[in-house]
Amino acid sequence: MAYVAVKGGETAIQNAETLLKAWRRGDPQVPELTLDQITQQLSLGVNRVMCEGSLYDPELAALAIKQSWGDLVEAIFLLRAYRTTLPRFYNSQPLDTQQMNLQRRISAIFKDVPGGQALGATYDYVHRLLDFKLMAESEAPVALEAEPNRAAMPHVMELLRQEGLIQSVAEKSVEKLARKSAGESAGESAEKFAENAVEAAQESVEKATEKAVKATQGSVERATEDTVKATEDIEETTGETIKDTPEPAVEEADRQPFDLTRQPLSLPAERDARLQNLSRADEGFLLGMAYSTQRGYGNNHPFAGEIRVGQVEVLIAPEELGFEVAIAEISITEVQMVNQFKGNKVQPPQFTQGYGLTLGYNERKAMSMALVDRALQAKELGEAVANPAQDEEFVLSHSDNVEAQGFVQHLKLPHYIDFQAELNLVRQLRQTGREETVDDTVEPTRAETKNGTRNKTMDEARNENEE
Amino acid sequence: MISGFNFAYLDEQTKRSIRRSLLKAVAIPGHQIPFSSREMPMSYGWGTGGIQVTAAVIGQTDVLKVIDQGADDTTNAVNIRRFFQKVCGVETTEQTTAATLIQTRHRIPETPLQAGQIIVYQVPIPEPLRWIESSEVETRKMHALADYGSMYVKLYEDITHYGHIATAYDYPVMVHGRYMMRPSPIPRFDNPKMHLSPALQLFGAGREKRIYAVPPYTSVKSLDFEDHPFAVEKWERICEFCGSTDSFLDEVVVSDQGDRLWICSDTDYCHQRSLSQNLSPQSS
Repeated sequence: MAYVAVKGGETAIQNAETLLKAWRRGDPQVPELTLDQITQQLSLGVNRVMCEGSLYDPELAALAIKQSWGDLVEAIFLLRAYRTTLPRFYNSQPLDTQQMNLQRRISAIFKDVPGGQALGATYDYVHRLLDFKLMAESEAPVALEAEPNRAAMPHVMELLRQEGLIQSVAEKSVEKLARKSAGESAGESAEKFAENAVEAAQESVEKATEKAVKATQGSVERATEDTVKATEDIEETTGETIKDTPEPAVEEADRQPFDLTRQPLSLPAERDARLQNLSRADEGFLLGMAYSTQRGYGNNHPFAGEIRVGQVEVLIAPEELGFEVAIAEISITEVQMVNQFKGNKVQPPQFTQGYGLTLGYNERKAMSMALVDRALQAKELGEAVANPAQDEEFVLSHSDNVEAQGFVQHLKLPHYIDFQAELNLVRQLRQTGREETVDDTVEPTRAETKNGTRNKTMDEARNENEE
Repeated sequence: MISGFNFAYLDEQTKRSIRRSLLKAVAIPGHQIPFSSREMPMSYGWGTGGIQVTAAVIGQTDVLKVIDQGADDTTNAVNIRRFFQKVCGVETTEQTTAATLIQTRHRIPETPLQAGQIIVYQVPIPEPLRWIESSEVETRKMHALADYGSMYVKLYEDITHYGHIATAYDYPVMVHGRYMMRPSPIPRFDNPKMHLSPALQLFGAGREKRIYAVPPYTSVKSLDFEDHPFAVEKWERICEFCGSTDSFLDEVVVSDQGDRLWICSDTDYCHQRSLSQNLSPQSS
């Protein structure tokens, strides 16, 4: 037999994995990266992985980056796949971003704002010159740092709101829902910490919280299961319902936020679902979409109302305890864009806003998110939906890089059955074409036989069987 | 079986929610049910929908078969089988008749399925109308209204342009006379096997977060016209190994001169036939 079928055996797969690990490690003479080095010195990468992986856990994000050979999209995928296995015990309270420990705060719409502007650590005014000194080792720059400002600091947007110049309160509560779900991403990882710590009986971090979590785990888990079940049932029912018009924002504040990690996205989507999708969307995709709106594909005249970077507490309020418990302090970036709006028949001219929130310090992403969020409000504001960034189906269906990288790359899996079917079809179509245009003398199978094909034809096989 | 993960990887709560969607899918044959698809440790596009469906229905006594392109030994089939061995520790098989649960990509086994068997299809794009209408909101309406005229127009246009319906795989079907359904990218050749099959057929699209199903003994009709009836392709070849004249054949290029031979794509079918005729099989 001249041909032996190729086998993609388990050994080949295992060898490929071993080779990958070796290449990832690189030259063993070079010291191995530690997770501390990654969290400390590549922290913006860690931030991106946490944000798009929708899990706030710098150590695991660093592990994912190390394991993925520095490929951040792969690291995001690793973190998401791990996230799947985490149970949820609590929903957090909405993050109170007025109570942030601010490291950076910028408003581009007023020269100065109450509470002041603070540049913080930023590349904005750094000359982008390669710093060859960094090629040498042991560098330990020391910076002057002010005491963190723990005082409540109202958002700049409040100033406009006082004058009635900004979108209504109903919208504001949706943002609250978005902050709430961001808090939940953090909550899940904090619970994982709690679990690990309890198991290992070693860690003494936030012991009180852990005890509380452990003590109430059982009952909360059961309650959560029921809630999740109910929500899913509701979702499935509503998912079936065709909605021509967006439902009025009644009791917006009381509504449970949509949960993208537990429910399939249904379209048309409410703003809370959109914001969640955008918050963990691929940074590059969002950047491109946001940029397209600025260049005229759905322009909405944005101003950077306020950018905040800092730490904020994540609170849970277990019913059994009856009071709030802080389970983590997470680092976030919040952006509020102010956009021009000329008004319509029902609304007077006012400013509208786009909202951006990321886990960790990621201003480019948060600003992009805010621009796209505003573009996606076109429908609600009665603007023409004429450009990609305004089309919610287009944006929300293609923003997730874990989904996108998978489907694009699956093309390298074997497709030879479909290709065989296409080959048969194309040959059949060509044959039909020839029969119609030339005459009946053409015998298309001859060409293949001339090439030394060794297979028996059906006729030959039949003859043999008859013998 | 490795420790540290729940049986079949997903937690019981998630599996239950998938099974609820499956029940609904079985109750409304061919209708796409949204489900809360999760990120799996394999990439979207690698069969995460099928994997989640399998994870939701697999039990400790199940015997699992996994095929890709009809073969048990393609890399993706090996990898998915390896995954379930790792997280379930269930018995696996390459024999179609020995399996209680079959996960497949791009083929239906040549050996007819039996009552009690479940076949799980991996689905990339669940929406049959997607190439005609890109909006999900619109296609849901079209399904609700059974507004399938545009698909027939497309098929009609094929006939006027080419003289044939120019769809070789993922050929649309009507299920139970109500919902139009994508059979997943199986070749048109396999479509008739779905019709009145005694096995339960489940479809999972992970990235698109949809599940649908064809219950046993349900009508599955490939779209056609009275004067252009649906037909499957035929080969003027027989399998190099087992001599089969009625299975889906892969064309294998064996030299730089373009020499070809044809072999069964269903490796188990070919293997069983070869054994029964004392021929040397393509897989062993």
